[in-house]
Amino acid sequence: MNVVEMLKGKRVCICGGSGGVGKTTTAAAIAMGMAADGAKVAVVTIDPAKRLATSLGLEELGNDPRLVDPAVFKQSGMEMKGELWAMMLDPKRTFDDLIARLAPDERKRDEVLSNRIYQELSTAVAGSQEFTAIAKLYELDREGDYDLLVLDTPPSRNALDFLDAPDRLTSFFEGRALQVFLRPTGLGMRLFGRGTGVVFSILKRVTGIDLLEDLSVFFRSLGGMIEGFKERATAVNALLSDRGTTFLLVTSPEREPIEEATFFWRKLKAARMPFGGVIVNRVHHSYELGKLDVAQVASELEPELGPKLAGRVAENLGDYHMLAQRDRENISELAHRLGGEERMILVPYLSSDVHDIDGLRAVHRYLWATEEERTAMLADVVA
Amino acid sequence: MGGGDSSPLWIWLRAVVEGLLGKRLLFVTGKGGVGKSTVAAALGLLAARRGMRTMLAEVAGQDRVARSLGREATGFEEVEIAPGLFHISIDPQLAFEEYLRFQLPARAMADLLASSRMFQYFTAATPGLKELLTIGKVWEISQLQRRSRGAAAYDLTIVDAPATGHGIAILRSPGTFAELARVGPIANQSRAVARTIADTRQTGVVAVAHAEEMAVSETLALRDALREDPKVPLAAVVVNAVLENRFSVRHARSIRKALGTDGTPAARAALRAALSGHARASGHREQVERLATGLGDEPVELAFVGPDRPPAGPSGRRNEGERAVFERLADALEATRLAAAA
Repeated sequence: MNVVEMLKGKRVCICGGSGGVGKTTTAAAIAMGMAADGAKVAVVTIDPAKRLATSLGLEELGNDPRLVDPAVFKQSGMEMKGELWAMMLDPKRTFDDLIARLAPDERKRDEVLSNRIYQELSTAVAGSQEFTAIAKLYELDREGDYDLLVLDTPPSRNALDFLDAPDRLTSFFEGRALQVFLRPTGLGMRLFGRGTGVVFSILKRVTGIDLLEDLSVFFRSLGGMIEGFKERATAVNALLSDRGTTFLLVTSPEREPIEEATFFWRKLKAARMPFGGVIVNRVHHSYELGKLDVAQVASELEPELGPKLAGRVAENLGDYHMLAQRDRENISELAHRLGGEERMILVPYLSSDVHDIDGLRAVHRYLWATEEERTAMLADVVA
Repeated sequence: MGGGDSSPLWIWLRAVVEGLLGKRLLFVTGKGGVGKSTVAAALGLLAARRGMRTMLAEVAGQDRVARSLGREATGFEEVEIAPGLFHISIDPQLAFEEYLRFQLPARAMADLLASSRMFQYFTAATPGLKELLTIGKVWEISQLQRRSRGAAAYDLTIVDAPATGHGIAILRSPGTFAELARVGPIANQSRAVARTIADTRQTGVVAVAHAEEMAVSETLALRDALREDPKVPLAAVVVNAVLENRFSVRHARSIRKALGTDGTPAARAALRAALSGHARASGHREQVERLATGLGDEPVELAFVGPDRPPAGPSGRRNEGERAVFERLADALEATRLAAAA
């Protein structure tokens, strides 16, 4: 299995997983590869490494994908049959745009955008990045300018936040939730029963009058957009479950990311969202695990390297094997949980951080290789 | 290592670690996946070893550290999970209910409010309120005079805070709310919390990083963001899991040469592993130096301690050994062991 097969017939690819496992580079390498094969691809990233962003020509946050100059790939010996577009998401602006789009009129829009609560807090809240990212994805998909959209999901400790974002937003804007703030003496009261007036006055006592008033204004101005938000969230949810969408899980072989990948996968299953496969980065591939005799290796290298260095090299291999052993056990545990290895691509621990086009190419080679090719390529890196 | 005991660098780094233990409230944050929780736990164990009554607080209902130390979920309760080391997992909603009981003159009022649906919607819908409630509870725990009934004071409270972006949001929320609310209990409370955060004698933010490009950049960005608001410096930067370079440049040259000759597969594998280990460790060194240059100070380094934990087996053996890792890191922090200083 390789990435091309995983993405067959898909127009949206969402890369999910915990932070620090190479999600951004994987997303970029996938987008680059698909573009090289002839597709018009847009990759939406959240917070790429500066060097990677620079090498893709992403100097600043933006709200629309920009074409990456094909010349940069030529330098790395890569021919672009299609086009790679890239954007670095600006959550604040995306949120503002969404408000502008959903507001019934300009007055309402300005009311929200200039509200202090909105300005101070809208983008600081947990989950708002997740939401803006999928909202953007949805828009790009609807505009239909690209053959494939690749989304690098926000780095969140809990990758599941991402999947919950639309649902959370829907319940958040459930009309009833806001009624009380919209009309504290009218319909809202009736909805919540007789004690509501008392509750409201107690709340006022706790929060202070200014805050509650600001909030009321904030909720009131959002009021006209509730339906729009709900529709949007429903549509986004539909996109996530669409047959043209697929989720690729990105992980490293360490325990914590593996646990998160498992949770993510279970959640996908439960929500009937499409799962494309797992990419395990930074794998320590090993030469004949379990049969290593460190002393033997040291004595073999001694004539060439001298006793001291030979010993150190052999000892280093021993440590490497411990990591490889752990990786192998963790990966087979993950495969066991996910019901098989066939939808899994292992990318070796490359000697350097991947932060430029050459690095992306190195990852891309593994993602695109067939099983046999990958095995052959590993011969160069296996220790 | 251990050799540079009297070098100025070593003395300075010791002072950094001692300085952290001298505060009352520490926030540990950093890029996702760099080992924030591990470093927070190691600092907690270290403080507890010194006989300090120490609280390790996890936020957003997390209880990973507690579980790693072999304890079942403790929830919103202060539970001793190791000698002298206490744990709480802060749930914003429960924190709010607790706050209401202190704030309102009658218990009945608090209960009425807490049980009303409107109140639940209010907490869910108000942007930033969860963050404020979380840090408010942390602040309460760190006070010498505890508000919680029957609760004793802690010498040190360590917060395993969320990753950078959300971590910054949490630290900023009291200041923001103080300004938004202007008057009233939330405004007053927020101001008190904001004052504590700004007081560098009492409070410190510890940034955890990896010796990798993105993590280093994010750490420098975190430093800048905190300088701007809430106008605090980083109390310490800890670079976790730094690979020590076993091979010099000259070694690497000999190894490369040896790889050019014939050898058994095992010997060749050893040579390849040595070269890639050398390359990665050199990369780490470069990034640590980049971080040090960016910070204008040496960060505290924690060496990579090998395959950290047992594999995620199907049965109950998953957390064995994790405690040992925390203990080893606590040792390392205590000795401020430094590959760089040697």
